[in-house]
Amino acid sequence: MEDIGNLLHGFAVALTWQNLLFMLVGILLGVLIGVLPGLGGANGVAILLPLTFSMSPTSAIIMLSCIYWGALFGGAITSILFNIPGEPWSVATTFDGYPMAQQGRAGEAMTAAFTSSFVGAFVAVMVITFLAPLVARFALKFGPPEYFSVQFLTFCSFIGMSREPPAKTIAAMMIGFALAAVGLDIVTGQLRMTFGTTELLQGFDFLIAVIGLFGLGEILLTMEEGLAFKGAKGRIDAKVVWETWKKLPRYWMTSLRGCLIGCWMGITPGGATPASFMSYGMARRMSKDKDSFGNGNIEGVVAPETAAHAAGTSALLPMLTLGIPGSPTAAVLLGGLLIWGLQPGPLLFVEKKEFVWGLIASMYLGNIVGLLIVLTTVPWWAAILRIPFSIIAPVIVVICAVGAYTVHNNLFDVFMMVVFGVAGYFFKKLRYPLAPLVLALVLGDMAETSFRQSMLLSGGNVSVFWSNGLVGSIMTLALVLLLWPLISRGLGAWKQRIRAAEDRAA
Amino acid sequence: MSENANGEAGGPGLRTRWVELAVALLIMLGGAVVVFDSMRIGAKWASDGPQAGYFPFLVGCALILSGLAVVVGTLRHWSRLAGSVFVEYDRLKPVLTMLVPTVVYVIAIRYLGIYVASAVFIGAFMVWKGKYGVVPTLSVSLGVPIVMFALFEIWFLVPLPKGPLERMLGY
Repeated sequence: MEDIGNLLHGFAVALTWQNLLFMLVGILLGVLIGVLPGLGGANGVAILLPLTFSMSPTSAIIMLSCIYWGALFGGAITSILFNIPGEPWSVATTFDGYPMAQQGRAGEAMTAAFTSSFVGAFVAVMVITFLAPLVARFALKFGPPEYFSVQFLTFCSFIGMSREPPAKTIAAMMIGFALAAVGLDIVTGQLRMTFGTTELLQGFDFLIAVIGLFGLGEILLTMEEGLAFKGAKGRIDAKVVWETWKKLPRYWMTSLRGCLIGCWMGITPGGATPASFMSYGMARRMSKDKDSFGNGNIEGVVAPETAAHAAGTSALLPMLTLGIPGSPTAAVLLGGLLIWGLQPGPLLFVEKKEFVWGLIASMYLGNIVGLLIVLTTVPWWAAILRIPFSIIAPVIVVICAVGAYTVHNNLFDVFMMVVFGVAGYFFKKLRYPLAPLVLALVLGDMAETSFRQSMLLSGGNVSVFWSNGLVGSIMTLALVLLLWPLISRGLGAWKQRIRAAEDRAA
Repeated sequence: MSENANGEAGGPGLRTRWVELAVALLIMLGGAVVVFDSMRIGAKWASDGPQAGYFPFLVGCALILSGLAVVVGTLRHWSRLAGSVFVEYDRLKPVLTMLVPTVVYVIAIRYLGIYVASAVFIGAFMVWKGKYGVVPTLSVSLGVPIVMFALFEIWFLVPLPKGPLERMLGY
């Protein structure tokens, strides 16, 4: 019950005028980022990160996480009104959201999307509230082998859960690892892959990669598709909201499933995008009239939005408690915490109670504020999308360049951002997943350090990873997830054989 | 896009299979570079655990193998991928009209400073691609750098790269 007291104290921290103002600004910026092509949660937060260096860490993280909530909300607006997913996790929302808008039910679709986003996020925040202190307390006992096993689990679940071809997922992840290895090796002090240049001494900062891959890469893709924003009118009035809200409780089962899938995929880093697809697929499979999916079934909006937000929010749980981000945006927030001198991990819950609970309280408030804001301001965002791309595109490129520069005040980073942008364009088109690349870039050094520390402890014996029940079971779970595509195929074949045998018997 | 089932629908363009091969070969090349550099600094398992190059060495090997897997996969579906177009030439043009000015812009930042370069970049793009008149072009292309200047140099005290114009104005 100590946690409830902490949470109430957190509300007192979050509920100052100043922090509420930052929350509001964050949500508005976030929705803007979510609506604009080329700017999303991850690179939006990355670009705005340097601006928060002069704020207090609590206010800064409140604003940045609110940008994230805003971006999650904003993605739904473009999906429904323009059939353009502003964010990868809102692709599944277009399947039924856009048909609904074409039938003149845009208001209904958006109310459903925002409300289920809110529900998903809210459930995930509750999960964080109750689970995070437990995980943190548990993780206090973690040594290097345990940390490595959790990091290993992260990488394995990406390969096993990925919707992209495994070879490409591995390739993307290895590129991340290779880039992470560039620069000074912390353990031995040797230089790796710098080839005598001074620019590479520092290694690659993942913030640059995020801005390039997700920002410039996206702009290049949008240029190719030659977007003409022709969309449905986005009007929401109180009556539509009320009517939709009366209807929504009927889909509680879909919603609950979405929350579960989302929380699971967020905590074991699968990410918001696969979670939204999985939830959509489940909703369709479980539904009585499957044919209405894709033609404007409101359940097809509820399912992916709930899961995407639950995943996006719960991705912060491993970030806060273990220092292991579950999504690219969580990785960027982690980078922010490090810059402010806060080391995420179990000790954060002991040493910086005020900060942690202030952040968790701000998640509750931020989502309520976010829901109210998006419901009331939809027409404005729709209007922003009608600004021609020949104005928006160069402005976004300028914003990306400024963002890349301010990370280290280094022009070389801006060049690298462009290189990453071109790579992002090719990778996206060839279906190389970008999230594993970014996470490997962030976690690469950490994973290597904890592996080598484990080796120092055990004297070079790998069996340390199966030395106790905890680390052993995490490692085994990781291997199962890694081989999951093979296992599920095997299970399928086995089931088929049984069915065939039954048919023969009958 | 890639689900262009018959493939003949789109115009002429870069074939997906060639791009797929090229990217996979680049990845393998990168892997080879990583492997060589790791061997230079020692990629063995010493008595106290892995040497500095041990992990990068494995990563490099994995890069080569995964690139190889993509190459093999592409070659196996070679004829089926025949119709698939990575990007049509007339769609490649808008991509380049974005990319080339961006590269020029980034180089120009070094000499002109970011504010002047941004103003020129936005303005030129609006006139060239959007065919805007003087008033909208100037208001956006000057407005954005001015807002940036206020935000970064004055409000948040984050210095951005400056060029001759700012020096003339005393910054």
